[in-house]
Amino acid sequence: MTATIVKPEVNKKDSSQVNEINTFDKELVYETKDLNLWYGDNHALKNINLDITENEVAAIIGPSGCGKSTYIKTLNRMIELVPGVKTSGEIKYRGRNILDKSYKVEELRTHVGMVFQKPNPFPKSIYENVAYGPKIHGIKNKKILDEIVEKSLRGAAIWDEVKDRLNQNAYGLSGGQQQRLCIARCLAIEPDVILMDEPTSALDPISTLKVEELVQELKKEFSIIIVTHNMQQAARISDKTAFFLNGEVIEYKDTNTIFSNPADKRTEDYITGRFG
Amino acid sequence: MAVREKFEQELAQLNGKIVELANLASESISRSFTALENQDLDLALEIIEDDTKADMLEEEINEYAILLIAKQQPVAIDLRRIIAAIKIASDIERMADFGVNIAKSAIRIGQQPFIESLAHLRQMKDITLEMIHLSILAFEKDDVVMARNIAEMDDEVDRLYGESIKSLLRLSNENLQQVTQLSFIARYLERTADHATNVAESIYYLVRGRHFDLNE
Repeated sequence: MTATIVKPEVNKKDSSQVNEINTFDKELVYETKDLNLWYGDNHALKNINLDITENEVAAIIGPSGCGKSTYIKTLNRMIELVPGVKTSGEIKYRGRNILDKSYKVEELRTHVGMVFQKPNPFPKSIYENVAYGPKIHGIKNKKILDEIVEKSLRGAAIWDEVKDRLNQNAYGLSGGQQQRLCIARCLAIEPDVILMDEPTSALDPISTLKVEELVQELKKEFSIIIVTHNMQQAARISDKTAFFLNGEVIEYKDTNTIFSNPADKRTEDYITGRFG
Repeated sequence: MAVREKFEQELAQLNGKIVELANLASESISRSFTALENQDLDLALEIIEDDTKADMLEEEINEYAILLIAKQQPVAIDLRRIIAAIKIASDIERMADFGVNIAKSAIRIGQQPFIESLAHLRQMKDITLEMIHLSILAFEKDDVVMARNIAEMDDEVDRLYGESIKSLLRLSNENLQQVTQLSFIARYLERTADHATNVAESIYYLVRGRHFDLNE
């Protein structure tokens, strides 16, 4: 089904439309058109049509096995690592189809960073974790690397906590700090988009709120797509929310509308906790 | 097992309290009118005393609603149901207050003979009570059509109010004090009907997720 954002009609009587955020003058980062994906015979994504707008947070919610993680992993082509995956349709990133074989995955990943469910720092120092990406991209100048490390750690709101122990092993940090370090590592390659796959599900409530605050800051510079099981989190931090069910997008709208007055009964049943 | 069964039960309890409050308000209006017609001052005093029950129940509903929001983190229709309950409780509590106001006017009129028939007021009272009754039915059934009918009934109450006032003003030379009190009563009934219309609006919001001004 088509799930592109429909421009709201102006209707004085209809106050639910008033709060909808007008984002139609912003550029599209991703345009997904008729995307289908199979794991062998399992049809995991069905006719997905979904646009992601720049400098916004798009949340993807849905019960386990609905295809939300599969979808986010198609956006940086990590899905190709799964044997037997087939796709049809297209995903345009900044106008170019990334499913096209001529699109180099290495190039895509310089634009699209990813943060995972469990913090996964390298078994290296805090400094090296952040400098790793830029070094691979050929930056050797110590001064420039220092600047990137500081800027990235500041961007991930963890600089003040680690600035005096940059050479210590990243494993010594708390879970919440490790996750913010992973976000800093992601920022160091100066991406355009950050994909987050349940980034706070392994964190305590305070660390979770810190990451949420951070997401709000980061969207000023980046476009963020976040998969979350925490519906209140989607409600708090996202501009738009897509509800996935059985591999389909059931509803994709402004978050305010999804959480106050969803159009589809299935969306309502899911967000009000009647199933899933 | 149904998911969120406990929450469903709590929402049903909240609805139950609203119905209970509506019954109190309805009784307050109905008994105060009886007190007026029968010039029964004891009954009027009783109604004034009984009003604390409605006040306390409204508070109880608000506290219960706040707890539900805090503990269950409702969204969408669940959240609208709780917000609607808070608003509806406030409207119904006002209706009960108007019952008290009518009782006070009845006391002020006392045992004086009526300067004119109470036919208009009685008609207003009957329609208003029916509006309260229907608004609670609509609330229990999430019935938007019934909610719209309530708004139409309000137009009739407004018309009767206009007529009552016109007719009472003609008598202002005879007994200004009683004309004033009967005009007040007409006004209280007209306001009660407005609050019933507000309840209907809240039901519309609860079901459709959009505001709609039925008072227009």
